Amino acid sequence: MARGDERIAPSFVLRVWLNDMPGVAVASFLLLLLGGALAALIAAAPPDIANIFADLYLRHVLLFTTLQAALSALISVALALPVARALARRGRFPGRTLLLRLFGLPMVMPAIVAVFAIVALYGESGWLHWLLAKMGLSTGGFLYGLSGILIAHVFFNMPFAARAFLAALEAVPGESWRLASQLGMASGPVFRLIEWPALRGTVASVAGLVFMLCFASFAITLTLGGGPAWASLEAAIYQALRYDFDLGRAAVLALVQLAVSGALLLALHRLLLPAPVSLGLGRAMARPDVAGRGGAIVDGVLIALAGLYVGLPMLSVAIAGSSAAMVPVLGAAATWKAVGIGLGVAAAATMLAIGGALLLIAGGQRLACPGAFQFIGSLPLAASPLALGAGLFVLLTRLGGSLEMGLGLVALINGLMGMPYVMRVVAPAAREAAERHDRLCASLDIRGWNRWRLIDGPLLRRPVGLAMALVAALSLGDLGAIALFGTPETATLPLLIYQQLAAYRLDAAAATSLLLVVLTFGCFILIERLVGGPAHD
Amino acid sequence: MIEAPVMLEVTDVRFLYQDMTMRFDLSVAPGECIAIIGPSGAGKSTLLALIAGFELPESGNIRIDGRDMAGQTPSRRPVTSLFQEHNLFPHLSLADNVGLGLDPGLALDAAAREKVAKALAHVGLAGLEARRPGQLSGGERQRAALARSLVRNKPLLLLDEPFAALGPAQRREMLDLVNALARDRGFTVLFVSHQPDDARHAAGRTIFIEAGRILADGPTPDLFAVPTGPLATYLGTS
Repeated sequence: MARGDERIAPSFVLRVWLNDMPGVAVASFLLLLLGGALAALIAAAPPDIANIFADLYLRHVLLFTTLQAALSALISVALALPVARALARRGRFPGRTLLLRLFGLPMVMPAIVAVFAIVALYGESGWLHWLLAKMGLSTGGFLYGLSGILIAHVFFNMPFAARAFLAALEAVPGESWRLASQLGMASGPVFRLIEWPALRGTVASVAGLVFMLCFASFAITLTLGGGPAWASLEAAIYQALRYDFDLGRAAVLALVQLAVSGALLLALHRLLLPAPVSLGLGRAMARPDVAGRGGAIVDGVLIALAGLYVGLPMLSVAIAGSSAAMVPVLGAAATWKAVGIGLGVAAAATMLAIGGALLLIAGGQRLACPGAFQFIGSLPLAASPLALGAGLFVLLTRLGGSLEMGLGLVALINGLMGMPYVMRVVAPAAREAAERHDRLCASLDIRGWNRWRLIDGPLLRRPVGLAMALVAALSLGDLGAIALFGTPETATLPLLIYQQLAAYRLDAAAATSLLLVVLTFGCFILIERLVGGPAHD
Repeated sequence: MIEAPVMLEVTDVRFLYQDMTMRFDLSVAPGECIAIIGPSGAGKSTLLALIAGFELPESGNIRIDGRDMAGQTPSRRPVTSLFQEHNLFPHLSLADNVGLGLDPGLALDAAAREKVAKALAHVGLAGLEARRPGQLSGGERQRAALARSLVRNKPLLLLDEPFAALGPAQRREMLDLVNALARDRGFTVLFVSHQPDDARHAAGRTIFIEAGRILADGPTPDLFAVPTGPLATYLGTS
């Protein structure tokens, strides 16, 4: 054998190189790009970077960003826990599947549309405001500032957290529930001895992730923050680049953003990205704590309130959007140009994210180090669109580029931001397929294109379709990258809505928001069905 | 003097498994049906994986049908393996699953399709070409995998407990089927089992493996007649 090893060594090395080139190339490209952006930011930052914490404005921005992210995470998790528990306890009721699907929608809802929905619902001319005023409760102008930001962040993250917790609860084996029934456990011990141990890990990672996502929030803090006093880091980067042309300040802000997100990414090593993979199965579990009438009422109220909290903003978009203002919006050439640009950018971003992620996954499996490639593919998560955009902007101006490659950059940033989601959705399925079929494929000599065409392609079709739909939806709803690199000529729908909101053209914003929602959800469903195949069950 | 023909020759093969060095020596004549028994983790599956090329030995030599297997990938060895599960791709029809044994790209002409249908009929699955594995029982799935070994037509059949999940009667039935097919085609069979009864029923020769070594090897009736040492401990007869 030893002699044989020497003989095959050179060709073996060559084969590894040829087979793994694409995966290694993608990994190198990613590392170079992210490293280059980071280096450019460091170079552009003022030399007295140690003094940045003496800067009052920066200290304020950092403090507020942290505060709103922490509160968003805390409230989202605190609300999601009882909601998930109520849903777990009530395994079957009419509309449960529908409700869980509704809980999946905020993930693909453009942030700027959610902003509009919340303004339309809770704002001074919103109908909840009107309803409360009728009941003699004055809410004042509470929407802009911290409370508005929190309402929007909880709208996005509570449903996601509830679904993650529900999945953890439904993973409790049926035997545990039978045992609890036999032992006569009441609601309290059930939570302490069964539910909390099952939830603990998920609670920690979901809280960390929500903090991270809200720390990098842009559209919501920019529009609902309502001024410099409520600016987040992302909004401040935008301000510094687009209005103050202060590269040094933008670089410092972006570096702080990257440092915090990077540290969090490392801390949450088993990071749980929102992935709408498993809906609650609705298994009726023989739980000992579901019989009481009082519990049923509490659960019913909790579930109804959560459904209203998520459903009402969606409904208000539909109602406010289908007005007479729809006619001029649909008739405007600018609208359709924005639709076309958005679709083009989304298509490029989706191909980039899915192609890059698949090559990374394949490279990781061939070189037997999937963990390292998975980590590299998840790295963009440590960046945010604005921080990454600031880095690329500085890098390109140093290399002599110009902002005219704007849309290409937007697609690149959206593709990079989507890559971690693709890794999260596709990598586990790819790993399972490899574990099950590697030996059989090796013995039948099924490899290369044949393996993808006959085995991996069909088996990974559903997760790949889901991942592509997700990236396309995220790109269509992106405001961060397009706000940084877009011009009036290259606006997408989210940028158009932002401009309409800023100009207080609420009717137009309503109509455009509805159009964007229909476009985003439509694309999501279309791609998921076309690529992923018809829905099972 | 003419040397007896040899189908499989395993010579001083060493393999490091966790912190145990396994060492195997084995010689198998064409047409033999051999049972491999022994406790969990003893190295039964590892021996089959080494022969099939899924694992590479630290040292030693494996010859199949007179050819040295060093540097040969699993697909280039004259071997068909049946695993405990996942022998079929869940998303492909039975015909495609069997057809992969003829061409890894599934480029099958009418004659090849005919061959596949015949093989399925041979294992008692006539007319089920279009079924998916999920629509079959566990026993039927392993029959389909056997049909693929027929179209592959490799002389050495390695069974790594593919019938472990079946009941005693069905297990015997499957082993009878394997034996009948092997006689038809002149296949040589090695099968791993946890049931000494399987060895008594189907194997002319039995190998007992413990802690990475072959500790007993001989005609099945002799081995079970007066078991001694570790084999007796394993069988619970000492």
